Amino acid sequence: MNKDIFVIIEHLGGEVADISYVMLAAAREIAPALQGEVVGILLGGGIENLCQNLAADRVWLFDDPRLADYSPTTNLHILGELIQQHAPRAVIFGDTSTGAEVAAGLSARLDLPMVSACHSLTVGDQSLGYDSRICGGRIQVQGELPSPTALIAMVPGGYNPDSGRSAVPPPIERLAIPHLEEPPIRLLSYIQPETGDVDISRAEVLVSVGRGIQNQDNLEIVEELAEALGGAVCASRPVVDQGWLPVSRLVGKSGRRVRPKIYLALGISGAPEHVEAIGGSQVIVAVNTDPEAPIFNLAQYGTTSDLFDLVPVLTDHIRQARSERVA
Amino acid sequence: MNILVIVKMVPDLVEELAVDPDGKGLDPDWVRWKPNEFDDHAIEQAILIKERHGAQVTVVIPDMDGAEDAMYAAAARGADRLVKLRGDFTGSANNHALARALGKYLPELQPDLLLTGVQAHNDLDGSLGPLLAEFMGLPYLGYVAGVHLQGDKANVRKEHPGGVVAEMEINLPAVLGIQAAEQAPRYVAFSRIRQAMKTAAIEEQEIPHLDISGAAEVSLMKQVESGERAEMFAGDPDQVADRIVAVMRDHGIL
Amino acid sequence: MPIRETFWNVPHWAEIGQYLLGILAVLVFAWGMVRRWRRWRQGMAEQRFDRLGSRLAGFVVHAVGQARTAKEPFAGIMHLTIFWGMAALFVGTALATIDWDVTRLFFDFQFLIGGVYVVYELILDIFGVFLVIGLAMAIYRRYLSRPERLGNLPRNNLAWDDAYVLGMLVLLAVSGYLVEGLRIAVTKPYWADWSPVGNAIASVFLAMGDATNRGLHLAIWTGHALVAFAAIASIPFTKFAHAITVPGNIFFRNLEPAGSLAPAHYHSGPGVEEWRQFSWKQILDFDACTRCGRCQDSCPAYAAGLGISPRDLMIKLGAHVWSSKNGVGLHGSVVSDKELWACTTCRACANVCPAFIDHVGTIVDLRRYLVDQGRMDATLQEALANLMRYGNSFGQSERMRARWTQTLESKIKDARREPVEYLWFVGDFASYHASLIETTRLTAQLFQAAELDFGILYEAERNAGNDLRRVGEEGLYEMLVEKNAANLSRCEYQAIVTTDPHTYNTLKHEYPEEINGRPVLHHAELLADLIATGRLKLSRKLGYAVTYHDPCYLGRYNEVYDAPRRVISAAGCKLIEMPRHGDQALCCGAGGGRIWMEEGQIKERPSEARIREAAELEGVQALVVACPKDVTMYKDAVKTTGYEGRIVVKDLVNLVHEAL
Repeated sequence: MNKDIFVIIEHLGGEVADISYVMLAAAREIAPALQGEVVGILLGGGIENLCQNLAADRVWLFDDPRLADYSPTTNLHILGELIQQHAPRAVIFGDTSTGAEVAAGLSARLDLPMVSACHSLTVGDQSLGYDSRICGGRIQVQGELPSPTALIAMVPGGYNPDSGRSAVPPPIERLAIPHLEEPPIRLLSYIQPETGDVDISRAEVLVSVGRGIQNQDNLEIVEELAEALGGAVCASRPVVDQGWLPVSRLVGKSGRRVRPKIYLALGISGAPEHVEAIGGSQVIVAVNTDPEAPIFNLAQYGTTSDLFDLVPVLTDHIRQARSERVA
Repeated sequence: MNILVIVKMVPDLVEELAVDPDGKGLDPDWVRWKPNEFDDHAIEQAILIKERHGAQVTVVIPDMDGAEDAMYAAAARGADRLVKLRGDFTGSANNHALARALGKYLPELQPDLLLTGVQAHNDLDGSLGPLLAEFMGLPYLGYVAGVHLQGDKANVRKEHPGGVVAEMEINLPAVLGIQAAEQAPRYVAFSRIRQAMKTAAIEEQEIPHLDISGAAEVSLMKQVESGERAEMFAGDPDQVADRIVAVMRDHGIL
Repeated sequence: MPIRETFWNVPHWAEIGQYLLGILAVLVFAWGMVRRWRRWRQGMAEQRFDRLGSRLAGFVVHAVGQARTAKEPFAGIMHLTIFWGMAALFVGTALATIDWDVTRLFFDFQFLIGGVYVVYELILDIFGVFLVIGLAMAIYRRYLSRPERLGNLPRNNLAWDDAYVLGMLVLLAVSGYLVEGLRIAVTKPYWADWSPVGNAIASVFLAMGDATNRGLHLAIWTGHALVAFAAIASIPFTKFAHAITVPGNIFFRNLEPAGSLAPAHYHSGPGVEEWRQFSWKQILDFDACTRCGRCQDSCPAYAAGLGISPRDLMIKLGAHVWSSKNGVGLHGSVVSDKELWACTTCRACANVCPAFIDHVGTIVDLRRYLVDQGRMDATLQEALANLMRYGNSFGQSERMRARWTQTLESKIKDARREPVEYLWFVGDFASYHASLIETTRLTAQLFQAAELDFGILYEAERNAGNDLRRVGEEGLYEMLVEKNAANLSRCEYQAIVTTDPHTYNTLKHEYPEEINGRPVLHHAELLADLIATGRLKLSRKLGYAVTYHDPCYLGRYNEVYDAPRRVISAAGCKLIEMPRHGDQALCCGAGGGRIWMEEGQIKERPSEARIREAAELEGVQALVVACPKDVTMYKDAVKTTGYEGRIVVKDLVNLVHEAL
């Protein structure tokens, strides 16, 4: 029986998506106990350069101009044949706009069990287990993934993506593209996001300010922090009420709900109307000099440092970390 | 043009959730069901297409508490046919089971286009749309936020992360997983819902057997601990900044 | 013997001409009035011919006595003098006509002779002075002092209408006196002293000689006649019409309590889509508006810059009814969604209107259409969806409604299961709003301290629906009433008490069948009663100064002004009134569903203006309120105005609890 873990690598616009590293990290962790290898699988056109830092034991490449544009039916076809041929122990997809539909389609087509919203994987004695979070993250579900082959759609949060990166490029094998029919789903074009005011409901990193910012001039240091992080500035009610930021930046019951990876709450007390709109954040880090502030009940991390002392220092650290990473 | 919208009832997260004593599922006494928010958008998208191109919109919902209210609201918005699926959907029924059952019955309705929400928060074995499409042998595209019909094809906008949108073309008949309708679901005045209660007819379709294979088994379900306080970082700004940067690294920012 | 020399110096042809023109003027007037009446008739039916006695009484007090107009000193005197001046002169002319054309012709006598006549002359001269004073005040006010509410009209030609009316009256008054003066200058009657003004004017013209004066007299007399007939003929077509439409509007006013909204009419849908779906009385409302602007001055939404003026709304609707394009595009072109949603339904406008126009009823009817069409902002939509699903606007589970009771020492009776004397209808805000729950518990403790036999509905309670009706979601309101009524009917109770004035209002006025005539009390009334009868003993006198804000739905709508003040005084606080108190109280801005809507572009929140008003009272430490929405609005406003530390917001319950 094949004990390998297939990881279906996601990429968009010439970059490997972060979720791919999370999946690789997960695969890396369970592969040894299963005594299998981590196989990264990429479909696309002209994508060999994307394989360089994948922490896989080997990479299988389906590289063809016909695959340059994402088409779910084509992926279903190619991956379906591949999985049937090799019967790996597990196939990990991203629970995303491109991974989720292919995973489910394959589950139905190949009659293979599937689990979605998967946060982490565990290995027991010859068994492979999953840990998923559903119902807005309020319910945790665990169970066993049956053999011979299980499909997993994974969400971020359970693994550090760095563990899925490798300094050494993995060996690459180019696989033959099977016969492809004219796909019933075709890409026409990409529409890049507008450069108008930021849509904070789509941002991955948000730096949010509350009453603690005290006045409009102090927003400058916050803007710098947001810029260093590649994120956007948003705010709770009092700041927008004062007119220091436009309503489009309001996070709260009367503003927007946000689902960033990181929500940095500066000087926000955590009023219910605000807090209910940030529950979708993966990680909330709260900075508030009041240790009893309600925001600390929701945030995973916090500090009572004065934000005026902390923010410039944090900006420096981040700029440094970024330049280190690029190098 | 025949449009089907499949609506799933999901646990209302406003209520407190409780897990069954046997630890395998949600306690049915505590769960209150409401239509999946994304399915609501699917209904809205269907109505928009109907207003634009003319179509018959049929809404299909499994029989659970609150399903009838949801159907009357859909009728008040403009749905033409309402179908209630009769079977046991509250227990171990999962998306695979529902998709199989629908896959057998829906072809009778000869749909040109099937819309359903791209996901539901109680999905554990993948979402309904792609499973259903596969069981019906139809193409599927998810995360759709905009549908325009062009003869026997549909032009759709598919959302990717980072605000990138792909304009794609799909042959009909097909199944689409709706992320967002082109406009927010409209408000329906209660007097119109009352009116629908009087005039709309709900058809019933018996689903004799639900085949739940295809999902992984659940050995334990529990509530995630809430009300835990944050892990606090202390020290001077440098030390705190270090910890925060580490957190960001862990989550792939940096 | 003093006698009225009617038609002195007037040649025969002029006399005939006067009668002919007079008849013509009256015919034009009649035709104009019929035309108006036919417009009103195009509206929907409405029963306003009941209780004629009350209607007549109100007519006397408000149309004749003009009690509301008189509430403002300057404008009041101005209008009363014009009104009584014209009334007297009109009666005088009528008497002269009867004297000359009826009694003289048919009965061979005149009564305007001798003593009667000279007194008649004196009275008319005096009232003529009133008229002139009033007109002078009016001209000063409109063109020199220029108060804001008279300006900035939505349509330019209206300023000409205003000028026309004043101008014609001035011409009439001046020409009238001149004619009298010229006559006296020539005829020099020995009773001229009985016309002091005319006499004084005569002395000016004496020097000009009889021939000139006779010529002048005839000319001015002719002019006076022409102006008068033109004015009469123009009544239905100009602002003069208010002399008929306003008394009519007052007579046909709504006699139901203010807190009881008219139910929705369903045409193609509920509410008003085009103007003929208003009732005839609402259309008369638009016609009766004299653009005095008092409504605008009292409107909190207008002051906040939310884009609504009740005055402009009436003007625009009035014009729309007459414009040739009517029947098309009322919503969105004549009235905007934004201005309709800006209203807090506080009723300051309708309360102050001297013509008894019901702005609020019209706005609600227009809102009903908007709701039916789903035209509202996203936050309101969410609130309504929550109300539909959970029976409260907070989007919280029904099961959580009574969670606030969990930390109480002694359990409150469950009115669903056992009989109670007082059924306490708690209300959404008091049950669900995190910062108000403590006050709700205090209220429970007070009731328990008074050994009151009370209970609550626990999870069976739903939003009473007052603001749903005012928002225009009549269908949802009916659904909630059904649910509440069904639950109430299963309970045994003697009276209902509530801490929320909105709940109070609808339970009292719009739920009657369900409650079967049982009294509905606001907690202010109940507390006042409990304190007065000694059941609640206050041992402390608090001693500090406070001011009190009259909630719209308790004060202006239901005239409960005393009870809360008695409670405050019983607690030993010194009450200093804000300038706008009682029925002049300034709305906090939360009513009419506004608390469920996006705030929008706002100049200054009504709640902030109110806090400033309170903080300006020296020595006042607390603003006392009697409505949970007021508590949240004003606490927020204290923070945003930076008055933290200067003034605190307390509910009556807090006060009583402190004084226990």
